[in-house]
Amino acid sequence: MRSDPMCPNIYTVEKMAYDTHDTFTLELVAQQENQIVSFMPGQFNMMYLFGVGEVPISISGDCERRDALTHTIRAVGTVTNEMSKLQVGQHLGIRGPYGSYWPIHDATGKDILLIAGGIGLAPLRPVIYHIIANRSSYNNVTVLYGARSCKDLLYQQQWEEWQQSLNFKVTVDSGSNGDWNGHVGVVTNLITRKDFAPHNVMVMVCGPEIMMHFSIRELLRREVKMDDIYVSMERNMQCAVGYCGHCQYGAKFVCKDGPVFCYADIQDSFRKREL
Amino acid sequence: MSISFSSQIVIEYQHFDQLFAALSELGYKIAAPTVREGAIVYDEVTSVHELPCGWTDVQNAGGYELQKRADNALFGYNVGPHSWKKFLHPPSLKLWEAQKNEQGFEICPEVNEVPRYAFIGVRSCELHAIKIQDRVFMEGPYVDSTYEKRRKESFIVAVNCGQAGETCFCSSMNTGPQVSEGFDLALSEVMEEEKHYFVVSVGSIEGQALLEKIVHREARAEEIQLAMDTVDEAREQMGRSVDTFNIQSLLIDNHDHARWEEVAERCLSCGNCTMVCPTCFCTAVEDVTDLTGEKAQRVRRWDSCFTMDFSYLHGGSVRSSVKSRYRQWLTHKFSTWIDQFGSSGCVGCGRCITWCPVGIDVTEEITHICDKDKNDGIT
Repeated sequence: MRSDPMCPNIYTVEKMAYDTHDTFTLELVAQQENQIVSFMPGQFNMMYLFGVGEVPISISGDCERRDALTHTIRAVGTVTNEMSKLQVGQHLGIRGPYGSYWPIHDATGKDILLIAGGIGLAPLRPVIYHIIANRSSYNNVTVLYGARSCKDLLYQQQWEEWQQSLNFKVTVDSGSNGDWNGHVGVVTNLITRKDFAPHNVMVMVCGPEIMMHFSIRELLRREVKMDDIYVSMERNMQCAVGYCGHCQYGAKFVCKDGPVFCYADIQDSFRKREL
Repeated sequence: MSISFSSQIVIEYQHFDQLFAALSELGYKIAAPTVREGAIVYDEVTSVHELPCGWTDVQNAGGYELQKRADNALFGYNVGPHSWKKFLHPPSLKLWEAQKNEQGFEICPEVNEVPRYAFIGVRSCELHAIKIQDRVFMEGPYVDSTYEKRRKESFIVAVNCGQAGETCFCSSMNTGPQVSEGFDLALSEVMEEEKHYFVVSVGSIEGQALLEKIVHREARAEEIQLAMDTVDEAREQMGRSVDTFNIQSLLIDNHDHARWEEVAERCLSCGNCTMVCPTCFCTAVEDVTDLTGEKAQRVRRWDSCFTMDFSYLHGGSVRSSVKSRYRQWLTHKFSTWIDQFGSSGCVGCGRCITWCPVGIDVTEEITHICDKDKNDGIT
């Protein structure tokens, strides 16, 4: 790895597959050997597309897999729209991994509750891989996943496998046209008493801020301690190493202090308007 | 005579140019105050004659003017629109270049030639500002190699302020006017009757070695006293002050104070305050491609938290109101900076007051926002 944190390493697209109409997963291999750096669940990379620009994207693959680097990306802006046209064999620049990670070690021996909204399932998938590989280290494990519609649901081919090891529940905001037989409604409706012991649970929440806000409210109502709730925050990130200043969130830099925060540490800033 | 760190040395005015010659001989590029377009700025110079001899500045909120002095003082003014960060943390810096090739592209890191700078006339507030940026760029989990190289190569000739400006408040921030540390040599300019000389303190081995090349003598007790008196005068003239007691929590607690709204009505959101600030470090990281599409490059340039783009996320700006952007700047500078880097981000140089086109005075805003006795502003 180059020592200059601003200089990307070149990776080649090995696999490119659409998960939904606007979301795709890339598997990348390093152009030079030994470049795949170990990462922790919840960390992100800066992904550079030649001539277009750079965006921060969470790693959505398995930490134990060293042969490829996996990212799930939603095409929403200039760079990600261009990335959605990538083909096998094409090149990308990668620098990272950066940032804090989900508390997978502090969670051992406890119940686990993962709450994901939309593309928020991607940064939590490395946690799911880790839990399944180390299933005996954790108590009851529940994943609650909400998406806008059944067209937006990610990783459906893996659900069956996941359901063998953990309690996996899905809901969609609207499922009116008969193509969905599951839960309908917001993800907070899936939070139930029997899935976890409020005083012995580690909760990891990732999704739009408003969804995280209502999830936390529900968790606190059920007496989960703030110290046991973790969230992944998003702000404008350009350098990823704490120099550019764009990702400031109160006294925190989302790039180096986050993106994963213990809710107790940011509760004063959370949902504060225009902070 | 042997020079020690505790010695106080005198260099006579007529020998002062030897300092420039000695630094040039050692291969330093000399950056010093000089007059350009009606202001005293920092730029590369080659001799003492380019210094603002006999000039002073008159500053107030939103105002700056040069005036002739009655004497030929070399450092008889306060800080102008530039700060030394333009040399250590350049306004625009190419980080790398990428070239399209058959397989895709390759990246060539930019090998930036690092100039060895000697900074002449660094004020106490500015030394503190440099120390603050050191913490940002060299003392975190990642070290900024460009900053580090420039910083480590630099030679600093500090100068004690013999006067304070209308917008100065370094006394309140405990950053001056007396130079305390972080220099190679520190000067006090003294003019009494027909005499004009510099009382010099030594701050490093490099400073000590340099002095050996310049005609000097040991300072007499009364000369040292006169040098100290000039700093006392500056302290007494301090144009502004600010109460920093509890400021860290007061700014956070008063997030919804009505004064933010009021100042936002005057603020043009131009970002001048962030450009002239010697500690503001924020940058934009920009990727640009040439017209052929064959070459791309990444450039880092100074950015400002006053722009809408700064907090852009998901198709909008997190801080879309001027109020929230002014609040971010001031709260960062005086409060969250302490959480992040262990000290205030303000050194009391007053540049943001002088160079604000509408004369917004940060000390006045803080007084209103942090006034514990007045709750009428709380909404």
